[in-house]
This record gives sequence, C-alpha cells and structure tokens, in this order.
Amino acid sequence: MKFIDEYQDSKLVKGLAHQISQRSTKPVRLMEFCGGHTHAILRYGIRQLLPKTVEMRSGPGCPVCVTANADLDRAIALAHLPEVIITTFGDMIRVPGSYSSLQQAKAEGADVRIVYSTLDAVGMAMANPGKSVVFIGIGFETTAPTIAASILKARQDKVENFHVMALNKLTPPVMRALLDSGETKLDGIVCPGHVSVIIGSYPYEFIPRDYGVACVVSGFEPLDILLCIDKLVEQIEKGEPKVQIAYPRGVKPEGNMKARQLMDEVFEIGEADWRGIGVVPQSGLKIRGKYEQFDADKVFPVSMKPPREPGGCRCGDVIRGVATPLECRLFRKICTPERPVGPCMVSSEGACAAFYQYETPDDLRSS
Amino acid sequence: MDDSILLAHGSGGKLSHELVEKRIVPLLANPALNKLDDSAVFEASGRLAFTTDSYVVNPIFFPGGDIGKLAVCGTVNDLAMNGASPLYLSLAAIIEEGFPLSDLDLIVQSIKKTAEEADVSIVTGDTKVVDRGKADRLFITTSGVGIIPHGVDISGANARAGDKVLLSGTIGDHGIAIMSQREGLKFSMTLKSDCAPLNKLVSQMLDVSLSIHCLRDPTRGGLATTLNELAHQSGVGIAIEEDKIPVREDVRAACELLGLDPIYVANEGKLVAIVDAADANKIVARMKKNIYGRDAAIIGEVSAEHQGKVTMKTRLGPSRIVDMLSGELLPRIC
Repeated sequence: MKFIDEYQDSKLVKGLAHQISQRSTKPVRLMEFCGGHTHAILRYGIRQLLPKTVEMRSGPGCPVCVTANADLDRAIALAHLPEVIITTFGDMIRVPGSYSSLQQAKAEGADVRIVYSTLDAVGMAMANPGKSVVFIGIGFETTAPTIAASILKARQDKVENFHVMALNKLTPPVMRALLDSGETKLDGIVCPGHVSVIIGSYPYEFIPRDYGVACVVSGFEPLDILLCIDKLVEQIEKGEPKVQIAYPRGVKPEGNMKARQLMDEVFEIGEADWRGIGVVPQSGLKIRGKYEQFDADKVFPVSMKPPREPGGCRCGDVIRGVATPLECRLFRKICTPERPVGPCMVSSEGACAAFYQYETPDDLRSS
Repeated sequence: MDDSILLAHGSGGKLSHELVEKRIVPLLANPALNKLDDSAVFEASGRLAFTTDSYVVNPIFFPGGDIGKLAVCGTVNDLAMNGASPLYLSLAAIIEEGFPLSDLDLIVQSIKKTAEEADVSIVTGDTKVVDRGKADRLFITTSGVGIIPHGVDISGANARAGDKVLLSGTIGDHGIAIMSQREGLKFSMTLKSDCAPLNKLVSQMLDVSLSIHCLRDPTRGGLATTLNELAHQSGVGIAIEEDKIPVREDVRAACELLGLDPIYVANEGKLVAIVDAADANKIVARMKKNIYGRDAAIIGEVSAEHQGKVTMKTRLGPSRIVDMLSGELLPRIC
C-alpha cells in the first residue's frame, strides 16, 4: 500500500514552492478552513516553504473547537444520567465545558466511550439492551452522512436504545458569516477536502461571486496543499477569483449524491450555535421529526446551568481567523495540551494544539 | 464450576494451593521457585539492576502476544535498558472472579515460553482474586533483578553531543495492533505486536562496543516521548530525520487513517540507543544480525543545540520540534 509517498515527494514539493515564490508579487492572506489542513501545514513545515508574501490563517474547521459550551454542558449532563452510555469521537472527551468535561464525568463514574465509527455505537446499543447509548454527533458535512446512516440502521434493526445528540454543522453558511463579519480580510480560502467530497465544489460558488475571494479545494498531503496555494495565488495575481478543485482524486464538483441523500433523509437544516461565532442561521443539522425517537435532545431533556467561557481564552478569535494562537496570552504559558483552557488546544484538529505541537526551531530562537 | 476462577482460589486455602501448585509452578519450574518458600533465595554478585512494572493491557490477548508475554518482555527489557543481564523475575497476578481457567493456562504457557526465550527464571510470585467488577479480568505485576557486566555504564543521562541515535526497527507496530482490536475501533489487519525480549540483542550490542551511552525502549508515548526523556535527562538536543525512521507501510496507512503520528505510538520490542559516533555503524551491523534488530538504523544525532529538545527534519526538508506525547492518543474526527 503506497498511497501517500507520491504526494510527499520532496523534489516536487520544493519545485512547487519555488513556483509559488515566483508567482507571488503582492501580500495575500489565505484561510485554511479545515483544522486538518492547519495540522498538515505545520506538521510538514509548509509555512517555512512559502514566500513571505503568503500569510496563512486558520479557520473554524475543527468540529470539537466550534462546539458551543452549552452543547458540551448538555452532553456532560447526559453522561451523568443513570444507565446512559455516551459515545463520541476522539478528542471530544477532553474538551473542558463550562464546569466539567466528559473525561471528568468518566472519572466520576459516567460511562463514556470513544468510537471511531457511529455504527460501532449502534452495535454497542445492541450489546447493551438495558442501557441507552447516546452518540454525540459532532462534525461537519463529513460525519453527517455516517451519522444519518447509523440512525437509519438503528431504525431498520429496531434498536430503540440508540440516540444521537445532533450537533453537526455546515461549512458554506459559516464561511458566509465569516466573510460578512469583515473582521479578517481574506484573499483566498483553502476549501476543506473531506467536506467537499460530500458537498462538491458548487456550494462555494457564491464566495468569488459575492465577495471576490478565491476558492480552491485541497487534499491533505503536502503536494495537495501547495498545489492549492499555487492556484489561489495565481487567481489572486490575475484578479480572477473562482472556485477550483486541486483535489480531483477525491472531489467531484457535484459531490457525493448518495451521501447527501442520506443526510437529507434524516436531517433538516436549522440554526446552530458556534463557539466563538455565535448562532448562525441555516448552519446546522437537526434530526427530522419522523426520526425523533433517535433524537437525544427530545428523549432526554436536561436542565442546565447557564454556560460560561473561560477568562482570557481567545479560542473564539482563533476560530474566526482574527488571531493566531501565538497572539493569545494564555498560549503555552497557562494553556497547554495537558491543561487546556479552550478547545483549540485540545483537539487534534485545533489550531492551538497544532502550533503547540509543531513548533519550529525558529520559533524557539524568537521566543 | 471447575472452569473459572472463584473467590476461593484466592482464599489461601486448598483451592489457592491447587491453583499455584498444579497450574502455575509446574510450568515455570526452577529450583528457587519449586521450594515455595516465602521468598526466593539465590546467589548473585556484582552490580545489580532491579525494576518493576504492572501490566493492565486491554485486550489481554492481542495479535502477536498477550498480557503474560508482555509482562515478561516489559520487565526483561527494562533491565536490559540499563545493560543488565536479566536473571530472576517475580510474578504477581490479580485475577477477577470468573476469569476462565483455560485463559489463565494460556497466559502461564506464554509466560513460560517467553521466559525461556529471554533466559530468565520466575522465582517467586503471588496470586490474588478479587470480586467480579473489582479488576478488569487480569492484572500482572512483574519485578526483575539482573546483573550489570563490568565496564557497562548505561543511563539516560549519558548522551553527549556528537553521539549517534540508533533505532532497532519499525515503530508503532504494538500500538496499532492493540488499537485494531479495541471495542469501537475494530479494523481488520494482519499486523502483529512487536512484543519481544530484547536482552540478547542488547548483550550482542555490548559485545561489539562498550560505548553505548543510553538505551531505552520506546513503549507508551512512543519514540518521540522516549527521545524527549533522553534529551531532557542528558541536557542535550537530539536531531532526527523523519526519512530514516523505519515504519511499516500498513502501520503508516493505519496511522494516516486514524490521524495518528507513528512517532507517538507504543512499541514493545524496540529500543533506542545513543552511542559513540565512532562505533555506530559497527553496532548497527551487529543489531541487523538479530531478528529483533534486523531493521536497525541510525536515525539522528545528539547536538549541543536546543538543549532538552528533540528536532526532526521532516520528509520535505524543514525541521520542527517534536514534543512529548500529551494526553492520550485519540483518533481524529474527520
């Protein structure tokens, strides 16, 4: 199995980096929407390969980071209910909510388990008929189809003790919200590869049209990312912003029809509360009425204390691309992966965790 | 019920004696153990190394090993990492009520086989049984004693600028093999854990050179964490090259899929050696002749720059700091 090496070829990478340097004459600010891209850029040292004219900003594409504290607090409250097993993806258990975390709840006796696939959560429900299994459904358009499939599977197999807390969020509406706010001037967007596998590239067309901002869909290997940046710089230099795909092996303009049908069957679009951004209309997925028996929020109403944000934490600014992690006063001093204050330091897709983990020798010299 | 562990097996009475004398001692037999005295008595002279470790792996049987093999290898390797030749081990088991006796037999067999391979004797032990739910099936603690040969001085604090950093083989095999078996993460692959006793490899390395300054097995936290420990303990910088680190293709693929970095994934049959540059090639050549060192490579060197830090030249050229693992290794979301 050799599917990565071709996309990490150092000669090709250096050639492409050189081409970008040649092409780039004026300063540009690009946002990589997706936390996976932030990590790849820092992990492979792509920042150091780019010319000084190209500035990269991280965006809100980290599912854990954009989960509102109120939603996280509700998940923690559910975890404390008797005979409830909470299942969730990876990092979610470490994120501090307003008063506690799922990890803390687990230490206090709650049954909290990590799964890699939502179908495993359905399997867990079948294996534990006396308990209720609640899946905390976070993520973007990437995870929504599999969560929808798990609900359909639970209905088909009559698994009545499986429930989902639907917190999925949608990418294009939040991009519009960020651009509307005008807080950060952007010239181009590195569009998320995995999300675009599902939704295709058409949903980004409004960005060059209404905002004059270039959009290129990127994969996650170093060559993918540099190819994407090269195309963005080329568009900006020419003054011809448009939507392009630099990840053709994964993304078609129309996306994945089957996955979108699954989403549409189970979910309807509604408002969503984004950490650091607030409530964005039409940017979230809610479980449709006909599947409400699987909707954890309908089945387990819990009363909550009002949510609160940790003092001094700039995760909200980092999520909106207004600040880099290095501009947060807590970064590395008070907020570390061992004792995270905000979600961006916890998640393997969070910008602060990436800046912390992939520090360069130059950063050491300058600090 | 004759086929599973009962609380009475831990009562100290007849069933306890039967368990020890019929199921455990005959397999692990040696003069010190056979006496069944309160402590093992043996002769030893020279500088001794002494270590202990507990094993709580889940699942207890995994591709390429089990908790018994791990409990022997782990303690043998801890002794070997100070250059000691392991001699004697203790074995203490905490068993959950209801644990199948057939599984216990398999694990004792595995302990016997691994101890034979490593050439160590289990000379003393203990079993306790706890109520169902008070332990997760089976926990094992082993302690070990070994003798450090004359002229050997190995410590995590001994790395010097200019030394070479050696790795005995592919990284991440154990962690990915275990992860592929865990509930909620199951995926099918043919990968086996690298769990192995490394004492013979170490003694062969010492045969060709006494200029081995540090040895450590990169278990939990992986290669990155071990190198950080050594850099910190010795007050030096360590610079490695990503390209030089051997990683199996299937491990790399699984890591890509799960969003993990193999340098943070656990190993149970690998070692990192920091050695005098002049002897590095000679030591690697000897390692390659041992089955547990056949993929050995020089992966970097020790420098006086960036003290206490590990830097890695990435495949694409730029360098970055490699920190210790923080928290648990968790798969990414999308």
